[in-house]
Amino acid sequence: MSQTRLIQLEADILGKNDRYAAVNRGVFAGKGVLALNLVSSPGSGKTTLLCKTLEMLKDRLPLAVIEGDQQTTNDADRIRETGVKAIQVNTGKGCHLDAHMVGHAVESLGVEDCSILFIENVGNLVCPAGFDLGEAHKVAILSVTEGEDKPLKYPDMFAASDIALVNKVDLLPHLDFDIDLAEANLRRVNPKIRILRVSARSGEGMERWTAWLRGAAQMARSSLTDAEAAE
Amino acid sequence: MHEMSLCENIRSIIEDSARTSGFTKVERVALEVGAFSGVEVEALRFGFDVVMKGSPAEAAKLEIHEVPASAWCMPCAANVGIQQRYDPCPACGSFQLQVTGGEELKIKELEVV
Repeated sequence: MSQTRLIQLEADILGKNDRYAAVNRGVFAGKGVLALNLVSSPGSGKTTLLCKTLEMLKDRLPLAVIEGDQQTTNDADRIRETGVKAIQVNTGKGCHLDAHMVGHAVESLGVEDCSILFIENVGNLVCPAGFDLGEAHKVAILSVTEGEDKPLKYPDMFAASDIALVNKVDLLPHLDFDIDLAEANLRRVNPKIRILRVSARSGEGMERWTAWLRGAAQMARSSLTDAEAAE
Repeated sequence: MHEMSLCENIRSIIEDSARTSGFTKVERVALEVGAFSGVEVEALRFGFDVVMKGSPAEAAKLEIHEVPASAWCMPCAANVGIQQRYDPCPACGSFQLQVTGGEELKIKELEVV
């Protein structure tokens, strides 16, 4: 009988994705790009919010969008109508974008230096939490037409996000949604999360959101100029 | 969640290891899965058998070591055990917790022939 032996692997199952993510992060840093990974449930108003954001920023900063969906190019088409360049990645049977797909998309899209790259993930609050894409921040979008307890039901995603946008606040007068409770739940799973109340439709809170984006883009850009100065 | 694609990652790690360490058959695969890794252990077991077909780990025994979650409580300045991400500190009730364990998701070891 042949001998069995033990191999101590200690290999991270997501290690391959993490290595691709590290490569993406290096590409973004080298170009001074601010990359954001937008995550939410389907129907949170993510694409409408993104279109409005692009309208507000496109004359000030170079922008680019990677759209992840299981099927169709509908969302990328909507984005392109704003004049911002977008590429659609269909995951087929997959439930999330991974760092390898994003790396390819960045190459085909030709992201400009010092731009903001929005990566709109597949509408899913479970799977994308584990897959680092090389982004600077995950931005979770929660709309007031969902339950206040969503952060508790899907804690991994909200714990992994740096910012939460509470969207569709223009609808609050018509709903029983308790926004303070929703925010308390967000802080329960992530005491450090920054919360912004917005409405893509009425424009409420959008100035604060785009101001935050401009600040973060400036940070990404200054790391590039620091690196150039050091050369 | 995405247990099938995790199983595909496990398969590719095993196949790489088979090449570098020179084995043809895996008898046992030991994984470490944290309580907060977002993995449904039963779904992982199901996916494992399906995905390993035709690989060195076909018919391998899957051993899953579940790692309980723990967190650093800032007010207590101590490590405490928690069940959920939204749990308060069991000692002082604070939510100022930093998760320190339970996010593991790795292949610990392989028993190979």
